[in-house]
Parts: sequence; structure tokens; C-alpha cells
Amino acid sequence: MRKPLGIGACLAVAAVLSLAVGTKDIPVTTVFDALTAFDPGQVDHLIVTERRVPRTLAGLLVGAALGLAGTLIQGVTRNPLADPGIFGVNAGAALFVVVGIAVFGVTSLTGYVWFGFAGAATASAVVYVIGSLGRGGASPLKLALTGAALTAALSSLQSAVLLTDPATHDRFRFWQVGTLAGRDPEIVEQALPFLAAGIVGALLLGKVLNGLSLGDDVARSFGQNTTTDRVCCGLAVVVLAGAATALAGPITFLGLAVPHLARMVAGPDYRRILPLSMLIGPVLLVLADVLGRVVARPGEVQAGVVTALLGAPVLVVLVRRRKLARL
Amino acid sequence: MTPSTPATAATAPAPPANRATSGDVARVSRARRRERSRAIVVTAGLAAAVTAVLLAALAVGDFRIGIPDLLARLVGQQVGELQPRIDYVLFDLRLPRAVTGLLVGVAFGLAGSLFQRLLRNPLASPDVLGISAGASAAAVLAIVAFGASGFAVSAGAFTGAVAASALIYALAWQRGISGYRLVLIGIGVNAALLSAVSFLMTRADMTDAQQALLWRTGSLYDSSWDEVAALLGCLVVLVPTALLLARALPRLQLGDDSARGLGLPVERTRLALLLVATGLIGVGTAAAGPVAFVAFLSGPIASRLLGGARPGTVPAALVGALVTLSSDFVAQHLFGDQQFPVGVVTGAVGAPYLLWLLAKSNRAGRGE
Repeated sequence: MRKPLGIGACLAVAAVLSLAVGTKDIPVTTVFDALTAFDPGQVDHLIVTERRVPRTLAGLLVGAALGLAGTLIQGVTRNPLADPGIFGVNAGAALFVVVGIAVFGVTSLTGYVWFGFAGAATASAVVYVIGSLGRGGASPLKLALTGAALTAALSSLQSAVLLTDPATHDRFRFWQVGTLAGRDPEIVEQALPFLAAGIVGALLLGKVLNGLSLGDDVARSFGQNTTTDRVCCGLAVVVLAGAATALAGPITFLGLAVPHLARMVAGPDYRRILPLSMLIGPVLLVLADVLGRVVARPGEVQAGVVTALLGAPVLVVLVRRRKLARL
Repeated sequence: MTPSTPATAATAPAPPANRATSGDVARVSRARRRERSRAIVVTAGLAAAVTAVLLAALAVGDFRIGIPDLLARLVGQQVGELQPRIDYVLFDLRLPRAVTGLLVGVAFGLAGSLFQRLLRNPLASPDVLGISAGASAAAVLAIVAFGASGFAVSAGAFTGAVAASALIYALAWQRGISGYRLVLIGIGVNAALLSAVSFLMTRADMTDAQQALLWRTGSLYDSSWDEVAALLGCLVVLVPTALLLARALPRLQLGDDSARGLGLPVERTRLALLLVATGLIGVGTAAAGPVAFVAFLSGPIASRLLGGARPGTVPAALVGALVTLSSDFVAQHLFGDQQFPVGVVTGAVGAPYLLWLLAKSNRAGRGE
């Protein structure tokens, strides 16, 4: 029980940092005042409630969603390198958002959400189906290559649209980078039902993943229907990754790193790994966001860039480790 | 093996015990001859096709040049009163662009097929492995942060490609290189670099961002004779080296242990091949940007044309040139008033082919 509590404490610290740190640093006491005794006359209070609370909430939700999505996708493919970002989910969402802006004239983040969602869902389905064709099922290399290749393919379609339409490009490049900044409560609300459903669904899948991790034959001998199980997990991944990408834009490598940390803490039981992933994901994402606000003052580096630059080394370490492909 | 050896073996009066064997030898030698003559036919056909597209690229446009005039000017004969206009359009505008397309295509086709055969995976092209992304990141940095254009961007792209490739190689090194590690680490580096590129794009002003996007797509728009000279200078060194080194590929493809048993210095050969292939990608990218999928498409198309078990290096280079030149022709002339950079067409053609290849190679169990 101590470990989850420790991670819960980390989460609280990360959230407070995210409320206090930024272009204008606000003392922690003022942050508490703003939350408990809000005074609309004070600029600091307004910054906290209007800007940083929605941003932190978005970070917590997206982090939880991506952490769970990563754990599910790694568990169901038994592939330690699986990550929604590497799997072309981001590229799918990006292409659909571009089409949304260019063809359907969508201009607001609230509008991007649906396109991002549809794109993420389509791309993950395509990658999973293509990547698991043939001998050996969805092997790490096959899935990663399929994702990378699909990313290359989709982004060249995307640039065909953007080159003829500079206005769309101007909007799109700010979505493309993956950030928690400027997320109004309205957008968080819009994504919330999906995220909540995905999170609850994912947390219920622990036993199923435990079965699948023993291999299909053993799982079947326990009376599990492996096909149904996989479809359930796949649906949860699509909902979680799709809603998260729709909310924050493409964020790579978070879903890759979180499950490994959770497994280090919790051991092999997915009933414990899943809740831990849900806590570790937000810690990492919110801290990445805070770090991004600090390193390039007065500007900021978007959370998606921070996770990519910090997450790539994690991938390298995992690849270099021996006996990687067994999960 | 020279063609004469099996031929004499087949015609020489063989002792009765060896009759079956000599029949086999004859069959093998026939098959080899067929393979070789098919390779010659395919190579010649590709060369002819490249020449045809090259001539079309020189002749067609707002100002049409008749083929007789075109050929006459190319060999330096006088063509009458239109000559100054023809000379301007031909030698200042179209020829540098077409030659750049040709050379870039050769570089990408050759490099792509080297990577694919070296890593024994048809999907392991520089587009996917982070090498093109390295070039993009460096070039976009040069455009966005330093307002660079022209030569500085090219130099940046070359440096980026080489640096990314060195990084991937160093990270994948672990008492030797395995293709598996190289590919996966390449994919990771690719993702990180692409994210750096999108960050840089948010820092740019509108014009720079559009220019950077154009560069990243790959275009032959600002080709000049200076650029052709630089490109040619590099390729004169790189292409023969690549062709020479590629002769070790069949042995390397047997697997490390067998290759070592055949007396091949495996790590050194592989490093040399990677260096040359990276150099080719870097040079090509510096000249035209990372033209999507040319490196990826050329090898598989060439081996499909050749039909046999041995994929050819020269045909792959020619396919690269053919794909680049014809895509540029399409991008220039077939969309009415709208002109696209060549990378849009290669991307649009390459993407479906890539997905099809993915599905197919995975089904055959080769995608692992």
C-alpha cells in the first residue's frame, strides 16, 4: 500500500507545481488562496483558475489515458515497445485534423477533437491489423515498422494538403506539436466522457490482461475468449488514445515509458499495474509540461516535445536490453 | 562464375556416371544465362525509359521545344532564329532541374536499396529510420532559426543526415550491429526528431514555416548549375564506391556467421556500406530535400522487374531516377495551373504501395 501512496504524493506535488510554476511564478500559498478563497480582483488568482487549473486537469486526464493506453497495448500485444505514438496513431489523428481544417473549415479546438478522434481510431486499427498479419502475430519489429511506415505515408498526404493551403498549415502547425496549453474547460469537458469511459473500462481489464500474458492457449484453458478480450482491449486503447490525442495533440513515448515504470513498481500483476499506470502517466506528463514551461522562459517548450526528447532514450535503453521481446 | 565454364561442361563429352550431373549443370547454366540476359534487358529498358522521360522533361512546358531542335542544341548545333530563347529555357531552366532530378533519383534509389538489403528488410528505408528526419530537423533549424536558404540549408541537411545516422549506429552498437536494434532505434530517433521539427515549425513565422514545409516535402524548384556541379562531384565518388561495396551484399545476406566464414570482414563491410548509403542520402537530400519514398520504392520495384533472386544495384539506381523524373513531370504538368513539388507525387504513389507491401510482407512472414 505504501508504493501507491508514494506515487499519489508525487502526483499531488506535480499538480501543485503545475499550478504554481510558469511564465509568472505564483507562490504556493497564493495558489491555495485562489482555490479556497477566490478573489476575482487578483490577477494571480485569475491566472490560477482561468489558465492553470484547466491546463493541469487536461494534463492529468491525458496522462492517465496515455499511461493506461500504453499498458493495454503492451499487454495485449505482449510487446514491450508498443506505444500509441509510435504506432501511427498520431499521424492518423494529424491527417484527419488537417482534412478537418482544410475541407470542413473547422477552426476551433473543440472541432478538432472529433477529427483527431476518428483519425486516431482509424490509424490504430489499420496498424494493428496490418502489423499482426502473418507468422508470429504482432511482433515488436513488425508493429513498430508498420507504425513508422504508416506515419511516413500519412504525413506525405498531409503535406500535399498543407502545401496548397498555407492558412490551414498556419493553424495546423500549432496543433501538431502536442501541448496542454490553451485547453479551455469546455474542451476538457467535451473529451471527459470518452476519457472516463476508457479509464473505467481499462481498469476492469486487469484480469483479462493477466490471462493474455500467459499466452493464448493458457488463457483459453481458463475459459477466456481471447478474441473478445483483444477486441475489448483494442476498443479501450482506441478510446483512450483517441480522446487524449484529440485533447492535447500528438504526444509520443509517454505510453511507452509508463508501463515499464509501473511494472518495476508493481510486478507482473496487471490488476496492480493498470491503476499504477493511471497514476504514473499524469505524474510524468504534468512534470514534462512544467519542465517545458521552465526551460525556455519566457517562451515554453510544448509537453509533446519534452516527452519525445526524454522518451526516446527510454526506447533506446529498452531496445538495448537483452531478452526484450518477452513480455 | 564466367559463362564459359558451365557451357563447356555441358557440351564436353561427359563420362556416363556424370551424365545426370552434367544435365543439371546445363540447366543451372541456362537459368543463369536467362537471369543475366533478363538483367541486361531490364537495365537497358530502364536506361531507355530514363532517357525518354529526361527528353520529355526538357521538351515540354509553356515554351515547347521540338525534339529535333532539342537534340541539335544538346550536341551544340545551330538551330536558327529561335536559338536564344531555346538556349535560355533549355540550359538555364530545364536542364539543371532535370539533371538534378536524375542525380537525386540515382542517389536515393541506390541508397535505399543498400539499406534494404543490408538490414534485410524491405521496409527499412531511410524515410523510416530517422536519417531523412535528421536531415529535415537540421534543415528546418537552419531555415527557421537562422533564416538560411540555398547552400546553407543544403549543408545543414547533409550534416543532419550524417549526424542522425552516426547517432543511430552508435546507439545500436553492442558488440556488433544487429539489424533488429538498428531498425528499432532508428524508429525511436525518427519519432524524436519529427517532434523536434514540429516544435521548430511553431517557432517560425508563416513564410518560413511554409518554406520549411516545402523543403521537407522535397522539390526540384531551385536547381542550378552550381548545385548540379556539387551533386555530380559527390556522386562521382560515392556511386562507384557503392557499386563496388555492394558486391559484398550477397555474402552479407547469408548471415553474419556464414559471411565471416567466407572471409568477409563483416562489421567493417557493413559500416562502409552504411557510410556510403548515408552519404548518398545526405547528398541527395541536400540537393532536393527528402523526396518521400524514392529510396523506399526503388529497390523493391527493381527486384520485381528483375524477377530473379538477386536484386540489382544499378537497376535500383535507374528506377530511382525514373521515379523522380516522371514524378516531377507529373507534378509540373498534370495538375493544370497548380504545380506541386515532386515529393507530393512520390508520396501519393508511394504511400499505397507501402501499405500493400506491408500487408504482403507481413503475411509472408518476412516483416519480422
